Amino acid sequence: MPADPSVQDRQVQGLDALEMAPPRRSDRPAAVRVAARAWAATWPKLAAVAIVLVAWQAVVWSGWRPVYVLPGPDQVLPRLFTEVASAEFWEAFRVTMRRALTGFALALTVGVLLGLAVTRFRLLRVAIGSLITGLQTMPSIVWFPFAMLLYGISESAIMFVIVLGAAPSIAGGLTSGIDYVSPQLMRAGQAMGLRGVQRYTLLIVPAALPMFVSGLKQGWAFAWRSLMAGELLVIINQQNSIGWALSQARQFNDSEGLLAYVLIVLCVGIVIDVFFNWADRSIRRRWGVSAS
Amino acid sequence: MTATTESISTGTARASAIEIDHISKVFGEGTGAVTAIDGMSVSVRAREFVAIVGASGCGKSTLLSLVAGLAGPTTGTVDVGGHRVAMMFQESSLFPWLTIGGNIEVPMRVNGVPKARRRERVAELLDLVRLSGFARKRPHQLSGGMRQRVALARALAQDADVLLMDEPFGALDAMTRDILHDELERIWREKSLTIMFVTHNVREAVRLGDRVILLSSRPGRVIEEFAVEGERPRRIDSARIASQAAEITDRLKVEVSRHAG
Repeated sequence: MPADPSVQDRQVQGLDALEMAPPRRSDRPAAVRVAARAWAATWPKLAAVAIVLVAWQAVVWSGWRPVYVLPGPDQVLPRLFTEVASAEFWEAFRVTMRRALTGFALALTVGVLLGLAVTRFRLLRVAIGSLITGLQTMPSIVWFPFAMLLYGISESAIMFVIVLGAAPSIAGGLTSGIDYVSPQLMRAGQAMGLRGVQRYTLLIVPAALPMFVSGLKQGWAFAWRSLMAGELLVIINQQNSIGWALSQARQFNDSEGLLAYVLIVLCVGIVIDVFFNWADRSIRRRWGVSAS
Repeated sequence: MTATTESISTGTARASAIEIDHISKVFGEGTGAVTAIDGMSVSVRAREFVAIVGASGCGKSTLLSLVAGLAGPTTGTVDVGGHRVAMMFQESSLFPWLTIGGNIEVPMRVNGVPKARRRERVAELLDLVRLSGFARKRPHQLSGGMRQRVALARALAQDADVLLMDEPFGALDAMTRDILHDELERIWREKSLTIMFVTHNVREAVRLGDRVILLSSRPGRVIEEFAVEGERPRRIDSARIASQAAEITDRLKVEVSRHAG
């Protein structure tokens, strides 16, 4: 009899229990599982590094180029470690990262304002929507000659190019994030009386977050590229930076130093990428859209 | 004199929760205009459970959004007499970035309910839909039937006494739907709700409704109303429901055939 409350309760609970995935059991202790997972994530990366080092050394040994032009890892890696231990390197690193973060913050502000404006005003979207996409595909380095005319040999020229390179991606991520908020969620929000600011804070902004983060990640990649190009092209007098260190190394035919700095640029890129992937994954896990 | 008329008018207002009076709804203009609803009148008493059935294009969803006040009718009036109206859909439409508890809190945040009170209400409502202990889970961790119960709790968190349901169990398997019918009926009684329940499933309509309203398609009009007799809770597989459902289905088939060629 479905009328009996206790019978009904047991039916509902039984159904729920059947529909929920059975709890996963593991007889291995938690610490072992964490270690196993960390190892499974780490060893392919270590293997890849090893393969690259071996291939690099093999090219050096083949004698394709003299060793003073193409040094092997046995020379570059020790050089990398002495560089990283020097105060000069950290000064250069600090300057470059400060520029990167300032430029990215500027691009973020411009990108968010632009993205919001485009989603709010139809006319603006019609007018500049495709311009934003066009800017996104444009190699930002072409702006440098013009930026140097506008701002002279200065940090402002670099910032100008970073913003032009990164802001369109950030704006694009935000716009598509807002455009693709599921209409079902919008309808549910409307039915619950979400209006004005709350419609943004409780619904649109969190719903647009995954695409916005992809936009940020792409924007960062453009900002970092523009910055490296800028530091190589716009050499500000006496200002130490990673780009400056690279061009110094080239002028003194210091191939070990060159490769050491290339590796540093690569590492910074990887670290930031890991950060964005982590952000992306944790959002996906919360939303339940990832496979794991 | 005046006192008497007033008491009569408030009396009738209290008796009917939803008064839909000769409404029509036209989308678009000129030659491209589509009439979704044409001259429909429905009156729903307080605490009544009204099921609405019709084929595609009968304007069921349009009707519900007019009652919810999400859109205005082209002509005619919809009066919900100060009742608070909540809505439920076929998809639970829970926010995936919030926990179950967080989802139920959304309408209370809209209404400015203080945090401590919100937590209490979430516990009460989860208890009502038999999902105590699930407040910290996320929507994707629940089954479809459980998500619909959360959506029901979220609708009730609006402090609504009129509930509009747009095929809420359409995507569920038969067993789950069967059990949720019992659950909805229980909560409808416990909370003294007035329900307008739209469905494609005629048996479901007869199982749940005090009355079944049959709509025509393109444009939507009321064809006929059927009062459903029989003690609650009814069994969806009983002979009585089957025979009344057959009668309504036959009438619906006549309406569908009218649109052939």
